[in-house]
Amino acid sequence: MKIVLVAEYRDGKLLGSVNELIAFAGKMAADSVMFLVGSESALPAYEGKLYLGDVGVCGEFNPEVHKALLLDVIAREQPDMIVFSHSSYGWDLAPRVAYALKAAQVSELVDVVDGALVVPVCNGKLRRNVQVKTGKTVVTLQAGAFGLAEAPTGTPAVEKITTVSAGRLEFGGYEAAEQGGVDLTKAEVIVSAGRGVGKPENVAMIAALAKALKGEYGASRPVVDSGWAEHKRQVGTTGQSVAPKLYVACGISGAIQHLAGMKKSEFIVAINTDKDAPIGEVADVLVVADLKQFVPLLTEKIQAL
Amino acid sequence: MKILVCIKQVPDMESKFKIAAGGTWYDPADLAWRMNEYDEYAVEQAVQLKEQVKEADLTVLCIGSERVKETMKKALAMGCDRGAHVADDNAAGKEPFEIAGIIAEYARDKQFDLIFTGMQSQDRGSAQVGVLVAEMLSLPCITTIVHFAYADGRIEVKRELEGGMKALIKAKTPTLVTCQLGLNTPRYPTLPNIMKAKKKELVSIPVQDLLKVEARQETAKMYFPEKKGGGLVLEGDVGQLADRLIQILKEKTGVLA
Ligand SMILES: Cc1cc2nc3c(=O)[nH]c(=O)nc-3n(C[C@H](O)[C@H](O)[C@H](O)COP(=O)(O)OP(=O)(O)OC[C@H]3O[C@@H](n4cnc5c(N)ncnc54)[C@H](O)[C@@H]3O)c2cc1C
Repeated sequence: MKIVLVAEYRDGKLLGSVNELIAFAGKMAADSVMFLVGSESALPAYEGKLYLGDVGVCGEFNPEVHKALLLDVIAREQPDMIVFSHSSYGWDLAPRVAYALKAAQVSELVDVVDGALVVPVCNGKLRRNVQVKTGKTVVTLQAGAFGLAEAPTGTPAVEKITTVSAGRLEFGGYEAAEQGGVDLTKAEVIVSAGRGVGKPENVAMIAALAKALKGEYGASRPVVDSGWAEHKRQVGTTGQSVAPKLYVACGISGAIQHLAGMKKSEFIVAINTDKDAPIGEVADVLVVADLKQFVPLLTEKIQAL
Repeated sequence: MKILVCIKQVPDMESKFKIAAGGTWYDPADLAWRMNEYDEYAVEQAVQLKEQVKEADLTVLCIGSERVKETMKKALAMGCDRGAHVADDNAAGKEPFEIAGIIAEYARDKQFDLIFTGMQSQDRGSAQVGVLVAEMLSLPCITTIVHFAYADGRIEVKRELEGGMKALIKAKTPTLVTCQLGLNTPRYPTLPNIMKAKKKELVSIPVQDLLKVEARQETAKMYFPEKKGGGLVLEGDVGQLADRLIQILKEKTGVLA
C-alpha cells in the first residue's frame, strides 16, 4: 500500500499533527511520501520523500492552489490513499482533492481494524465501519487518534514543486484569538460550564464551585458562543488546552473538540444527566445528576469543610 | 439575488440510541428530531443577507422523509421564502457524495449567488457536503466561517482555525460558504412568523429526479464503542452523591487537603 501524507504549515510554523500522519503510515505498514506547502526552514522529522511547495509563492491559505499542487504529486506517485488531519486545513482541502480524484472520502478516522475504516457518529456515541468502493481513498484523521510512542526522527529528501494555477479566494491575513482575561492554563482546578447549565445566570453556580475549590471556571463552546462566558475561558480545540489537577465538567457532553482541550487533566469529574454522555469515556467519576441541584449542594458542603 | 440554504434534520444528541435492524445505522424510532445545529447558523446568515439586500429570494433545501418537513417549517418561519423538499425515505443511507450530488443537481440551473450550508452534520460529521457541492458546481468555497459580510457582489468572511485564530478571506459571488457554530445568534421563530410559514411554498421533488451519482462508500456496520474508561459512575440521592464525591476527591486528589 502506498500513501501520501498531507502535512500542514500555519503562521510560519510546521504543525505538530505531522507526527500523527507518520504514526498512521506506520500503523498501516504503508510506503509513504509527504506533501507540504511550507518552508525549507521548518521541515518535519520524516525519513522519506517530501514534496515541498513554497509557502511564499503558494500562500498558507489557498486551497485551490494547494489542490492543484497535490494533484500533481498524486498523479506522479499513484497512491492508494491520501491522508489529511481532520483539521481546518484538512477538512477544507480533502473533499476538493477527493472530488478531483473521483475517490471516496472517509472523514475523521479514529481507527483501522482488520482493514475497516472506523469513524465516529453522533458526537462519539456510536461508531461505524466504512467500506470504500473506489480505487483511491481520501481520509482525514481525528486529532489525537493516531499517536506515536516517541517523536519521529529523520531527514526528508526534499523535492520542490510549483504550479501555475491561481485561486479564486483572497487571503487577507490572520486575526489572533481574543486576548486578555483569565489564564486557565495556570489553574490547578477548573470547573467548566456546558450547555447543560441552561441559562446564563447558572454560570455563577459553576463559578461558585470553582471558587470553593480555589480554582477557575471554564466553559464549553456553546456557553462562549452564547456570550455567557468570555472566549479566554473556552476549553477545547478552538479555545484553551488545559491539564489541571482536577477538571469538573458540568453539563458538558464530551464532544471530541472539547475533550481535546482537557483530557490530559489529572483527575476528571463529570456531572451529567445523561449516563451515556461521551464525557464518561474520559471521566474518572461520572455523577449522574441534575447539575442545578447537585452543584450548589456540593459547593455548600465543600465550603463547610 | 438568489440564495440557497441547505439543512439536515438530525436526532437530538442526548437521545438514547439503538442500532437499527440491518446493523448499519441507528434506529430512527423514538428519537426527537431537530435542525442540525450548524445549519441553524446557516439559515440565520442567509436570512440576515436577504434582509440586508432586500431584493432576494431564499430557498431552503432538505433531503429526507415527510418527517423533515417539520424542520423545514422552522427554517421558513425563521425567514426563508420557499422550501425544496427532496423526498427520500433513505436519506440516512446516502453518503456525502450522493447527498452533494442531489443538491448540486437541484442547484445547477438556478444561478444561486450564495449557497449556505452547515460545516458538518451532528450525526455523520463528515464535513464534506458543502465543499463537494461547490466542486460539482465549480464555485469557490470557504469552509468553517464565523463571520460573514456581503457588499456589491463580494463577500468578506472569517474562517475559524484551531486555537481560536481566524483567517480573513474575500471572494466574489457566486460562492458557497459552510457555517461554523457561533457565526451569529440564530433567531427563534415568532408565532406570527410560524403562522406565515404555513402558507409558504414547500414543494417535494422525488429523489430519483436528482440523484445522478453513485455511492463511493457504504457503512458496513454500526455499533457502540467499547467502554474503555474504567471510570466510576455514581447515581442516586444528590446529598449522598455529594458526600461520596468529596470523599473521592480527598482520597484521589490533593485539592481538598
Ligand atoms: C471545528 C470545531 C471546533 C470546536 N471547538 C470547540 C471547543 O474548543 N470547545 C468546545 O467545548 N466545543 C467545541 N466545538 C463544539 C463541540 O463539537 C460541541 O458542540 C460542544 O463541545 C458541545 O458543548 P456542550 O457539551 O456544552 O453542549 P452539548 O453537547 O449540548 O451537551 C450538553 C450536556 O449537558 C447535559 N445536561 C443537560 N442538562 C443538564 C442538567 N440539568 N444537569 C446536568 N447535565 C445536563 C446533557 O446531557 C449533555 O450531555 C467545536 C466544534 C467544531 C466543529
